[in-house]
Amino acid sequence: MLRVENLNVFYGAIHALHNISLTVEDGEVVSLIGANGAGKTTTLHTITHLKEAQSGIIEYNGKDLRKAKDNTIISLGMAHVPEGRHVFRNMTVQENLEMGAFVMKDKVTVKRNMDMVFEYFPRLLERRKQTAGTLSGGEQQMLATGRALMSNPKIVLMDEPSMGLSPLLVKEIFKIIKTLHVNGITVLLVEQNAKMALSIADRAYVLETGSISMSGKASDLLKDENVKKAYLGA
Amino acid sequence: MKKSSIKSSLINLVVLIIVFGILIVLCEFDILSNYIRGILMVCCISIIMACSQNITVGYLGQIALGGAGFMGIGAYTAAIITKAMASANILVGEGVPDTLRFLIAILAGGILAAIFGVLVGIPALRLRGDYLAIITLGFGEIIRVVIQNLKFLGGKGFSEGSAGQALVGINRISNLYVVFWVMVICVALMYTFIRSKYGRAIIAIRNDDIAASASGLNITFYKVLAFTVSSFFAGVAGGIFAHYIGSLSAGSFGWLKSTEYVIMVVFGGMGSLTGSVIAAIVLTALPEALREFSDYRMLAYSVALIIVMIYRPTGLLGTYEVSVTRLINKILGKKEPSLHAIKAEVEASGTKEEEVVK
Repeated sequence: MLRVENLNVFYGAIHALHNISLTVEDGEVVSLIGANGAGKTTTLHTITHLKEAQSGIIEYNGKDLRKAKDNTIISLGMAHVPEGRHVFRNMTVQENLEMGAFVMKDKVTVKRNMDMVFEYFPRLLERRKQTAGTLSGGEQQMLATGRALMSNPKIVLMDEPSMGLSPLLVKEIFKIIKTLHVNGITVLLVEQNAKMALSIADRAYVLETGSISMSGKASDLLKDENVKKAYLGA
Repeated sequence: MKKSSIKSSLINLVVLIIVFGILIVLCEFDILSNYIRGILMVCCISIIMACSQNITVGYLGQIALGGAGFMGIGAYTAAIITKAMASANILVGEGVPDTLRFLIAILAGGILAAIFGVLVGIPALRLRGDYLAIITLGFGEIIRVVIQNLKFLGGKGFSEGSAGQALVGINRISNLYVVFWVMVICVALMYTFIRSKYGRAIIAIRNDDIAASASGLNITFYKVLAFTVSSFFAGVAGGIFAHYIGSLSAGSFGWLKSTEYVIMVVFGGMGSLTGSVIAAIVLTALPEALREFSDYRMLAYSVALIIVMIYRPTGLLGTYEVSVTRLINKILGKKEPSLHAIKAEVEASGTKEEEVVK
């Protein structure tokens, strides 16, 4: 479904990503784990056009994403939940969700998608008229995720959904990811919380200072001694 | 359109007609001196300018300081058009009202300013924050200097390199009544623009540009759109200014003028058009009202600004919009339906949570 090959990205003179290659198949949950500054977010940003790649291939269902315009990615069925709970702070929860379906013209579908989001996150239904800036951290993360789902995506790219949340909320967010998976949505998950990320993923890639050091089935990586030592604190 | 919004537009229209009626009475019975009428005219121009700058500075959240430059483009364009029309005898004469020429001229001024808005906006809006402020300031100055040196605009030509003279002999065909309605239409158009899907996108970009781009918004397009709309209305304001003042010199469209309008936006509240309207009136009238203190008046003006910034850092109104409909509802003791619904909902969710706790 998504194929990234030999991706190279620079920040000025700094070579941030070295020949990154990864694939995400239809219906999979794939985790990208690694330490701070390893390049996880950069990888996502490059896929979604927030950052320009110097070389490499990004292909989505056979389409060259590097040539796509940034606002067309969402219409191709790819949604991005940015890191750090980026919500429209001065807008209400409902308006935030409407923004997620900004590129959609059919109002009936928008309504249906919103009902679906409220089903995933009943919490958001309660807070529908509240301004997003006044939500708690967990609720904002839910809102950012809900907004991404408004475009009816086939694949969701999630960037550190657990960041800054209490363990209980982290569990809740991961439960949602599982539900998405069950409902057939493909997920590319970027996480620092390696244990959680590996436990729900089918496959995973380990990113180390800009290049992929390991990859394989998530269950295998969970047992891997090196991964354990470096990321699982065991 | 929803029923409630039709009703509220009607109420606003009625209020405007009443204000206009008072204006007519005051003018026709010579209660207002020419001096006061002049101030009212400048108020109208300032309102259009402040609202237009609010679109970029307030709603889009980009500090752009080139407003006066675009105003200058509109002013010179409109002036040249009416001058040309007068000399070519187009739409001049007995049966044809001057207002027609005036309206065509200010519209043309707006359009040319908007075209320049696109040209300046595309490169400039790639930058943010202070960089954008500097580059727009630079563009504004470039526009001013170019105007100053163009021969047909009163300059001596670039090779001479000297400061230009004023463009004189512009028909003073701006009429306070017409300008009042032009102002109303401009503000109403800007309000509709901000309330539209495009406006929503622009506000979203100010809120969080990463989230906006994740939602599939073409950030550059909407930034340039906002800048263009803003430039258009600045051009219209310039056109009115030209036909009020009668002679133009490029010096009056310098960066100080731009800052003046940005100050109005900040004073009234970034993201509130009604705030800009109020601020434009207050900040235009205040220096005039303080004229008797002569040298000290700019001091008082600054103090007023400082006080507002200390006690209301978000400006007089913040992002709040004054609504006559809401005021009437309040006076009549009607509760706002939306607020009511929210309360009911909160109560409902409250009981739900209690049940869960039990």
